Amino acid sequence: MPKLKLPAPPLPDRLNPRPKRPGSTKTKPLAEAGISAIDWVDERTSLSQGARWMMFRKIPKGTNWFYTLGSATLFAFLSQTVTGVFLAMYYRPDAAGGAYESVRYITNEVFLGEFVRGMHKWGSSVMVILIFLHMARTFFFGAYKYPRELNWVIGVALLVLTMAMSFTGYLLPFDQRSYWATIVGVNINGTGPFVGPYLSDFLRAGPEFGATTLARFYAIHMLLIPGILAALIGAHLYLVAKLGTTAPPWIKADDPVQKEEKA
Amino acid sequence: MNQREKEEYLREFALLKQQGKPFFPYSVAKDGAMAVIVMLSIILMALVLGAELGPKADPTTTTYSPRPEWYYFFLFELLKIIKPANLVPLATIGVPTICMILLFLLPFYDRNPERRPERRPVATAAGIFTIIAMGYLTYLGASAGSPTQIDMETPPQIVAQGGPMLEQFETGKQVVAQSGCEACHKFGENGNDGPGPPLTDIASRLPKQAIARTLINPTAPMPSFKALQANEPEKFDAMVTFLSQLK
Ligand code: HEC
Ligand code: HEM
Repeated sequence: MPKLKLPAPPLPDRLNPRPKRPGSTKTKPLAEAGISAIDWVDERTSLSQGARWMMFRKIPKGTNWFYTLGSATLFAFLSQTVTGVFLAMYYRPDAAGGAYESVRYITNEVFLGEFVRGMHKWGSSVMVILIFLHMARTFFFGAYKYPRELNWVIGVALLVLTMAMSFTGYLLPFDQRSYWATIVGVNINGTGPFVGPYLSDFLRAGPEFGATTLARFYAIHMLLIPGILAALIGAHLYLVAKLGTTAPPWIKADDPVQKEEKA
Repeated sequence: MNQREKEEYLREFALLKQQGKPFFPYSVAKDGAMAVIVMLSIILMALVLGAELGPKADPTTTTYSPRPEWYYFFLFELLKIIKPANLVPLATIGVPTICMILLFLLPFYDRNPERRPERRPVATAAGIFTIIAMGYLTYLGASAGSPTQIDMETPPQIVAQGGPMLEQFETGKQVVAQSGCEACHKFGENGNDGPGPPLTDIASRLPKQAIARTLINPTAPMPSFKALQANEPEKFDAMVTFLSQLK
């Protein structure tokens, strides 16, 4: 007898599984095996509790399509992760020519290489557009107000990190455009107040744009920032589930007292 | 927000939540539909637009356009608007830093409990203004381009001198035109007016030596052309000669 009980999804009756006929001995061995394996894990981790908490929490009345922008951003991030892993299988951060050569190889030789590179490149634009739209939504809906202030702050950090991803990634193909644009970009950074010069030195791995700069950008682009980004997205989503998403600001709850009187 | 307003909000929110629908399957279905749209857009763009790879990076070379990814255009355009040299640091990181701090602290200085956009005129107006400004700057950046041509007439006294001087001048004009200087400088009718000063009559402001020094050791954000000087001194000299004749 499975211990795992999820509440029945609120589907139309027709779609819900029928109860067994009394006296029927038909069993589904495959389904039973699956459920008992899940049970085994659940008995030791109580993961189903978390899943239930996440999936069956109620979403306030009036929630509309604008509320899909956050998860769309998340999806774009996942797409970047997957395509990025494939690119990393071929990419070499070698400023002496290996980097450019490896990107050329990906683009011209590898099966579907240009397609995956294109997905990664345009995916970054899509993610930036979506993150700005998501931010605009939370701004105009006043969703950053009590009790979601911290989630806004985490969100701004996510925005900065996303822009930093694009900045560090732009150098990696190591063609003329990316090389010179990044030099100018790092120089612009260097004019910033207080930390500006230090940040530039850190990015360049020294006072001059040199051979180690590319390797440093690569490490930042594929290890440092994605790690922080993933952790912060986790915190962001935890707070979303814990606090609940806002209802659109113009939606009012039905008065429970009036409702009872009517009933 | 004071304690009473907080409690009021939480009570109202609890009711709204009670009257809402479960995340699964309603929101999951919407989010899934959106994910499909996102995926299809990315695939479509990858198929139609592809992923180009320009010529290999070369610190000494001359044909490049220092253009960032399009969503950084607005920052670059900001540089052009705030031009005086002593204000450049302010424009480059100063304004973005201030904007970032304002953005981070938004929930702490906007303590108005009202959430409807039409009843928060200041916040809504500021938001719309930011969107329009960023959109406009991005548009400017996208249409600015990075010209690689200088149409300035060769001055008559140089034509009259002829010989090596004329040759150096013409070579220099080409090198400058192809070195991306026009992304930041204006030469006569060509190039962008900023972030750097117009160079149409640079020689009346700077002696030749100083021009060469600026190219080797410039103030940020201008990139250094030290590598060009080290590897292809003729080109570098031609560039300096050309600039030192612009009066
Ligand atoms: C990323 C933008 C950028 C690029 C590209 C660039 N510059 Fe500049 N340049 C600047 C800025 C900004 C200044 C002003 C710095 C200052 O005033 O301290 C400047 C200053 C100068 C000056 C000194 C002007 C004066 O009035 O003092 C000269 C000369 C100059 N640049 C020449 C060039 C040449 C030649 C090229 C191309 C080979 C070039 N620049 C490329 C941004 C750029
Ligand atoms: C990697 C980037 C991000 C991801 C993956 C992400 C994901 C999400 C998701 C899935 C939600 C749930 C509700 C919704 O979709 O609206 C959400 C809510 C929220 N996000 Fe983000 N987000 C990101 C960036 C940001 C940014 C840049 C901000 C603002 C500066 C922000 C602020 C918020 C706020 C305030 C909420 C609560 C909204 C509400 O309760 O109505 N997020 N986020």
